[in-house]
Amino acid sequence: MSQQTIDICGNRGKLGERLFHVGCWLAILLPLTMLVVLVADVAIDGLGRLDWDFIKGFPSRRAHRAGIWPALWGTLWLVGLTALLAIPIGVGAAVYLEEYGGNRRLANFIELNIANLAGVPSVIYGLLGLEVFVRIAGFGSSVLAGACTLALLVLPIVIISAREALRTVPYGLREAALGLGCTPWQMIRRIVLPMALPGILTGAILSVSRAIGETAPLILVGAVVFITFTPEGVDSQFTALPIQIFNWVSMPQKGFMENAAAGIVVLLITLLSINLVAILLRNRFQRQKY
Amino acid sequence: MLSAITAALRTVRGEEAPPRAAGHGEKAIEGILLLCAILSVVTTIGVLAVLLIEAVGFFSEVSFSQFFGDTKWTPLFANKHFGIWPLITGTLLTSAIAIAVALPLGLMAAIYLSEFAGRRTRAIVKPTLELLAGVPTIVYGYFALVFLTPILQSVVPGVGVFNALSPGLIMGIMIMPMISSLGEDALHAVPNALREGAYGLGASKLATIFRVVVPAAKSGVVAAVTLAVSRAIGETMIVTIAGGAQPNFTFDPRGAVETMTAFIISVSKGDTPTGTIEYQTIFAVGSMLFLMTFVMNLVTQRLLRKSRGRGL
Repeated sequence: MSQQTIDICGNRGKLGERLFHVGCWLAILLPLTMLVVLVADVAIDGLGRLDWDFIKGFPSRRAHRAGIWPALWGTLWLVGLTALLAIPIGVGAAVYLEEYGGNRRLANFIELNIANLAGVPSVIYGLLGLEVFVRIAGFGSSVLAGACTLALLVLPIVIISAREALRTVPYGLREAALGLGCTPWQMIRRIVLPMALPGILTGAILSVSRAIGETAPLILVGAVVFITFTPEGVDSQFTALPIQIFNWVSMPQKGFMENAAAGIVVLLITLLSINLVAILLRNRFQRQKY
Repeated sequence: MLSAITAALRTVRGEEAPPRAAGHGEKAIEGILLLCAILSVVTTIGVLAVLLIEAVGFFSEVSFSQFFGDTKWTPLFANKHFGIWPLITGTLLTSAIAIAVALPLGLMAAIYLSEFAGRRTRAIVKPTLELLAGVPTIVYGYFALVFLTPILQSVVPGVGVFNALSPGLIMGIMIMPMISSLGEDALHAVPNALREGAYGLGASKLATIFRVVVPAAKSGVVAAVTLAVSRAIGETMIVTIAGGAQPNFTFDPRGAVETMTAFIISVSKGDTPTGTIEYQTIFAVGSMLFLMTFVMNLVTQRLLRKSRGRGL
């Protein structure tokens, strides 16, 4: 053991350190290069296919005539509903755990639960949604069933990010508010929530945006692939962007592969712009506050 | 009515209202917020109940010895076999490839970010790496099938159009930032005094890292890895798209495999009526999947708690 230590301390140690340094950079650059290649590959495959007709088009048996209009609308409906369901409940849960949590053992149990739920594979949420929302609650393979499933899926992340935002509010402010005679809820509503709002919003948007790329749970809930209408209500059948892409990827013809790539370009652009909005929102609010 | 619910909850929880709570409104609000928090418990119970009920239905027709003793998985054919092993080996094979990629890359990135990089480098590199985890898995699936598999076919002899290698490698890239981020957190939390002590004893930088810092952050680093393993086991779309859908009892990464997750997807793509044995198989396989990831998650939680509890 001491032999090795002496080795490492000597000149070979310096060389080793330099080699290790290079290795580390390779370990970081390799995945990042992969990401760049991925984006480039998808763009090269798909940009040629991406035009207004593709965006406004409906599914078709002929690859060059097919489009993503119903899928785009389906995704919009799903994400909107998911946000409506997940954000209020998630923020509520976060407020309880951070600000009340009166019964420590119960709060600990809930926390452990949330941490475990965050690690449950999304397919399992699909199984839950299939049995509970589609069959037992009788929603059928509807937008609502899909959104409920996705809401449960993103809920743990919404809660975790909202808690982090709440924790950035200095504790002294809470004590001051209570000292001035505020009730706990007055303190939360007038002091804590307004101060934590930008962080909560950013976190919520980022968490819910994960729902956009989710494919597996929607397949289980029964998103339909070949659909020639946009959703008319929460009980409407639906398709979604990732579902449409998955369908095209599964087709043997080359034309559909191009469609899939073009769909992926749209998906990535959507995700990127939502994330940008969230980050800009946070920066704006943060500057205003001080 | 809500205050009634709160009151009921309080009785259940066996505690009195806190003295400073003013009026029914306050209690009602706390009750509503508590309900929001309890939804997560309800979700867990829901998952367990759904899996258990359907799995019980499954095992009333298929015996345990068939499920764990057979090495053929053909529940959708006329000649039905219900041996889960091909799906488990498929899952373990792709996950093992992914970890073989993600572990060295993630660990080295974590060490670099924590021990070598300046604050600014870390502030740029860490979120950039985390972008990798934000790419939808369907995109990775497409990339594995269309880009990586043809390359592998020209380099490695005998690789099929669908194989375990390509999705495994891509999955490794996807989960790598999980190991690098959580690992970095753990390494960064090691007190500087330990490093200074090592330097004071004449240890080189590398010796300090591998003999002092990494061992001190052990439980946090292992937690990062177990979390990544759990993610790899549960990953669905990459292996569905690029892995093929052939439940082969094999550890050959060049051939097509079917993971547990991919099987669930391939069944639910079709229209399988409720109550049939085919419908129940996806819940039986789902239970298996849940069990495996649940154990990994529990281990992760334990380790994280341990590493935080020590004040590191």
